[in-house]
Amino acid sequence: MSDSHADVLRESPWTGGGSPYSIGSKKLGMWLFIVSDTLTFAALLLTYSYCRLTNPNWPKPFPIFNAIVFTTIMTVVLLGSSLTMVMGVAAAHRGNRASTVKWMLATMLGGAIFCGLHATEWMHLIHDGLTPFSNKYGGSPLFGATFFGITGLHMTHVAIGVIYLGIVATGFGRGKFSAEDVEVSGLYWHFVDLVWMFVFPMIYLMSVKY
Amino acid sequence: MTTHAGAVHAHEAPQGFIRKYIFSLDHKVIGKQYISLALFSAFVGMFLSLLMRMRLAWPTMKLPFFPDGILPEQYLAMVTMHGTIMVFMVLTTAPQSGFGNYFLPIQIGAADMAFPVLNMLSFWTTLLSLVVLMAAFFVSGGAPLGGWTVYTPLSAIGQIAGPGQGLGMTLWVIAIAIFCGASLMGAINFIATTLDLRSRGMSLMRLPLTVWAWFITAVISLLAFGVLLAAGILLLLDRTAGTSFFIPGNLVLTDKVIPHKGGSPILWQHLFWFFGHPEVYIAILPGMGLASHVLSTFSRKPVFGYRAMVFAMSSIAFLGFIVWGHHMFVSGMSPYVGLAFSVLTMSIGVPSAIKTFNWLGTLWGGDIKFTTPMLFALGFVSLFVSGGLSGLFLAQTSIDQYLHDTYFVVAHFHLIMGVAAIFGIFTGVYFWFPKMFGRMMSDTMGKLHFWLTFVGVYAIFMPMHFIGLAGHPRRYADGSGAAYLASMDPVHVFMSVAAFVTIAAQFIFLFNFLWSIWKGKKADINPWQATTLEWGVPSPPPHDNFAGHEPPVHRGAYEFAVPGVADDYIMQTTPPEKVAKA
Repeated sequence: MSDSHADVLRESPWTGGGSPYSIGSKKLGMWLFIVSDTLTFAALLLTYSYCRLTNPNWPKPFPIFNAIVFTTIMTVVLLGSSLTMVMGVAAAHRGNRASTVKWMLATMLGGAIFCGLHATEWMHLIHDGLTPFSNKYGGSPLFGATFFGITGLHMTHVAIGVIYLGIVATGFGRGKFSAEDVEVSGLYWHFVDLVWMFVFPMIYLMSVKY
Repeated sequence: MTTHAGAVHAHEAPQGFIRKYIFSLDHKVIGKQYISLALFSAFVGMFLSLLMRMRLAWPTMKLPFFPDGILPEQYLAMVTMHGTIMVFMVLTTAPQSGFGNYFLPIQIGAADMAFPVLNMLSFWTTLLSLVVLMAAFFVSGGAPLGGWTVYTPLSAIGQIAGPGQGLGMTLWVIAIAIFCGASLMGAINFIATTLDLRSRGMSLMRLPLTVWAWFITAVISLLAFGVLLAAGILLLLDRTAGTSFFIPGNLVLTDKVIPHKGGSPILWQHLFWFFGHPEVYIAILPGMGLASHVLSTFSRKPVFGYRAMVFAMSSIAFLGFIVWGHHMFVSGMSPYVGLAFSVLTMSIGVPSAIKTFNWLGTLWGGDIKFTTPMLFALGFVSLFVSGGLSGLFLAQTSIDQYLHDTYFVVAHFHLIMGVAAIFGIFTGVYFWFPKMFGRMMSDTMGKLHFWLTFVGVYAIFMPMHFIGLAGHPRRYADGSGAAYLASMDPVHVFMSVAAFVTIAAQFIFLFNFLWSIWKGKKADINPWQATTLEWGVPSPPPHDNFAGHEPPVHRGAYEFAVPGVADDYIMQTTPPEKVAKA
């Protein structure tokens, strides 16, 4: 996209009368992407609920120690990265480039730690004998299928988010991207966190072994 | 008003063949690319239907490439690929991505789409999807057998379910997942463009109904394709990663127990039809918008009930998301749920009737010009009514129990979703050809094409309702297995002959189209005396559409036959002081 186009996107290009839609096209586009991605995750979580309800032998394999505590730490890290993202967006709107880049790096670090912890958890579970098609905890094999399917897609989103934030942070630091671009990347990041806030209770907290 | 240089001049005109015609960012070139892709796909899909009609009418006939005649498995592969290619690559692609890309920015007074790069990406992703889909023909085992709905579990368990259910089926799922991505990119672009890039004065209620239709269709795409993407990912996991989302336990096939358990085949139907029903409206809504537009233009009258048209399209889009269960009445769902889906489905008849009566109201007392696009728009209305009324039969659970999986269903959806939408596409081609290529298409050939096609499709699909009512199941390669089906063979022969004539008529269109690009009569800027913005720019429009300025809009899209005015139409861009008094 050429510079002249980016100029338009920064200020509202809409001139069709009273303006209820006076947000830039990029931000609108991100919101629309979030809407469609919500539907994708909703379909997957619905699949999970459907499988859980139709299989009476659904396993509840996660003990409070260590599984739930471990995932809670992951959750805190991911939610914390949303906070640093908010700080980054605020700094961008103040025009403080160095501070923005710092906060965004912190956000990326949070995302990377989340992915690392998540991968550790995956390896542990796979080592324990949980795979997409088998389940040594007993009960439906669909537990592993939904678990890896949903958390896998979510982790992919986080990983893409880390790369995306890296590109935006670099561009913003060099003055190529605007504060609005930072805000748009923030929208994506908060969305990914929000999805986790559905995944965490539905897949982990509802599967506590007691 | 602040001036926004970029909004009217999104990017410089590219130099060189590749940037100009291949990896173009220009919405008009991308629109043409989409239309070419759809035209190619339409002829492939039509060729498959030709082979299927041969098989149904003369089951043992030997054909080139089919020395033993068409085998039942090959017939099923043709059913699948005909459906998939036509639904995704023609009905979804041509009216929305094709014409929408070309004309939406011009009709709202913008220089391009909001995201030109995304636009280019969505075309190339669609092409990739088409290539992967077509590859299914050539891999071992051939194309998948399950129809375009690829019902599980047979689509989830691999080669054991049939020759095409191996690699061919995997390619099918991958192609559709790619297509979902392409459609989502397109939808985001269409919505952002419509909301953000309208010219000064182009308020929502001044938009041409074509723009409303593209906008609403984009919203449907945005909400529907995400779910199909999820379903596709799950099916792909079942096929490649050994999961069992859609495969129940203890499934026995050809004396082998399938090593899966716990899944639900019905889940696929829910996810698929949550996308699949809105997809019907993705195919037909652009046609509705265009029919309204063309009926008004050639009746020389404003659209009757403009606002009602907008609300009717919106409510059709909304209702389309809560009626998916009517495809699943025989899946064993609770009768109470069936009743709810039945009532909701029939309620779609209300906005549909509003649209139909408004079309008739637009024609009423008009100064009707029977040009080729007008004939196709009238044909659209006719087919929409004929195909829509049989939908009311199928919406009732008790009748659907009997009609499910018969030719009645095939006739119903071909009339409304297939042929009506295709007539919408033809309306667009004949109406906008002068703007796109600067030349007129031959009216004589156009009318010949219309009458042969119009009579032809009714001759194919009306008898099909009756063999469906008589209990003829769909997807059978021939009726030789049962005496009561054999008695319907003459009807099959009649439908096949009608299909050959209709298909032959499409070559008149193809000739007219290609011939007119180079040899047609030169077109004026506004040959139809229409009112919308695209008729105020040269034919074909220049790279940035409005030569670097935003055209101010002064009125609604359908100011025909305004009392006290000299001409019988006023362009949207004509300022009040320039309107000549009678």
